[in-house]
Amino acid sequence: MSNYDKYEIVIGLEVHTQLNTKTKIFAADETDFGAEPNSHISPITLGLPGVLPKLNNDVLEKAIKLGIALNCTINKENHFARKNYFYADLPKGYQISQDALPICVGGFVEITVHDEVKKIALTRIHMEEDAGKNNHELDPDFSLIDLNRAGIPLLEIVSEPDIRSSDEAYAYVTELRKLVRYLDICDGNMEEGSMRCDANVSVRLKGETNYRNRVEVKNMNSIRNVKRAIDVEVKRQIDLYEAGEVVEQETRSFNQADGTSFSLRTKENAHDYRYFPEPDLPPVVILQEKLEAIKASMPALPNVLKQQFMSAYQLSAYDAQLITDDKEISNYYLQIIQHTTNYKAAANWLNNEIKSYLKDIDISFVDFAVKPNQIAQIIQLVDDNTVSSSGAKLIFKSMAEGNQHTAKEIATALQLVQTNNADELSNWIEQALQKYPDKVKEYQNGKKGNLNLFIGEVMKLSRGSSDPKKLTALLQEKLQEKS
Amino acid sequence: MQVNDEIIDKLSNLTKLTFNPQEKVAIKSDLEKILNFMEKLNELDTTGVEPLIYINEDVNVVRADEVHYPISKEAALMNAPLKNADYIKVPKFVKGTKY
Repeated sequence: MSNYDKYEIVIGLEVHTQLNTKTKIFAADETDFGAEPNSHISPITLGLPGVLPKLNNDVLEKAIKLGIALNCTINKENHFARKNYFYADLPKGYQISQDALPICVGGFVEITVHDEVKKIALTRIHMEEDAGKNNHELDPDFSLIDLNRAGIPLLEIVSEPDIRSSDEAYAYVTELRKLVRYLDICDGNMEEGSMRCDANVSVRLKGETNYRNRVEVKNMNSIRNVKRAIDVEVKRQIDLYEAGEVVEQETRSFNQADGTSFSLRTKENAHDYRYFPEPDLPPVVILQEKLEAIKASMPALPNVLKQQFMSAYQLSAYDAQLITDDKEISNYYLQIIQHTTNYKAAANWLNNEIKSYLKDIDISFVDFAVKPNQIAQIIQLVDDNTVSSSGAKLIFKSMAEGNQHTAKEIATALQLVQTNNADELSNWIEQALQKYPDKVKEYQNGKKGNLNLFIGEVMKLSRGSSDPKKLTALLQEKLQEKS
Repeated sequence: MQVNDEIIDKLSNLTKLTFNPQEKVAIKSDLEKILNFMEKLNELDTTGVEPLIYINEDVNVVRADEVHYPISKEAALMNAPLKNADYIKVPKFVKGTKY
């Protein structure tokens, strides 16, 4: 047993998701990403004296949606609180957040790691405002502040220390990102910072019941880096313990360039936020009717869709999982099967041809030119033997390049319609066999693998329009005759 | 209540203000006076009284998610003691050195 195997890893994650509302949480200024610095500003965002914040109803509804999706208890009464600290990107000197009565408590995220299903318990989800952005590079002598981001609504999702490996952490963040995208409450883009993750990491000897000192690791800009940063931190802590040293309780920043981390602050100068109630924002009381209305307006969630795909459309768990991993893909699937009952073929097209095409030319689903009903048309042509599967791929390619004609029209134009005309097929076979007399001899002497060569040649001559089954049968027949 | 150096240092850290020894003495005395004055309130029996947070009984004061009252960048930066055309300028601080 290596030193590392003696330890159990304990991880709790804090995930911040920026909500995709049009305006900020307490002010009516815009939230668009990438605007000119300090152009989405209002007196409230600047924290000028005498201004009154007012809650954006959309933030409340999106928070409730996430709470319902994650099986949380929604607090009927919500208060806001001031979290006090001085920092240049925080104009008021406090962040409006929630303390004692957050919007959601409890709940869980279900993850699957190495085929094992596990529920990660949630502590809470609360609403709060984002801070501004600091720039330390543009000016040699000053740090520069852009307050466009100040006041953007955030939901902070806090997990219990239930996560036991970096793989579980990876699955957890992936699952959350999938969910916020399904719910259409956040774009889940970690690179642009609209989803951010801090990890609280500690280790202890297996069998220990108390938690040891934990370290908060920040600044991971992708899910892969969350995993990397945790691996690095776990190793750092175990190495310290094995060397007889202690792990300080501190906050560290992950450097994704070289995979190291450095200390931001230690326990001695940790924040003391002195929370107190925000008197400028009256309490929010959530009535049962409102909860019911929001619940009714929610889209189908991925785990529900997955079950539905498996039971109603007989997809394998694997196919159903792949399709429901992404909202765009599952929507597309649902549209294809409005036009065909060959559910399995629709799943195959999505999980194979379409996905690899999108990957090859590096576009996302929203820019994909082929309409779901066109895919259904191709499936129909294959099912009734009008085109071969290789012909179908050529039709798909043509559609993907923008051909708006029906699958049938394209098949005809590209001469892909499978011929059942035995004369024509015999003719091609004859040509193929004449081209390779040596190979024919080899075949007759027992090298049956050469059959594929002849099939390929006929396919080439017929531009893929030969029905492979008929072709194979006829070829074998002809080769018999010749011997 | 006795205000000691430890409390002054903690407040100094939280407020990002630094005090010289003479100032510390003065602040200690001021803070003690303020705290003693506030302690007068502790004489009042508040058993069973809910803390008053909100001055009226309104709940659910929310607004629709619509853009209103944006102000120009120039107006936004108007009161900043230091600025350039786009940004508010503050003394240089870099990640890792905050706190």
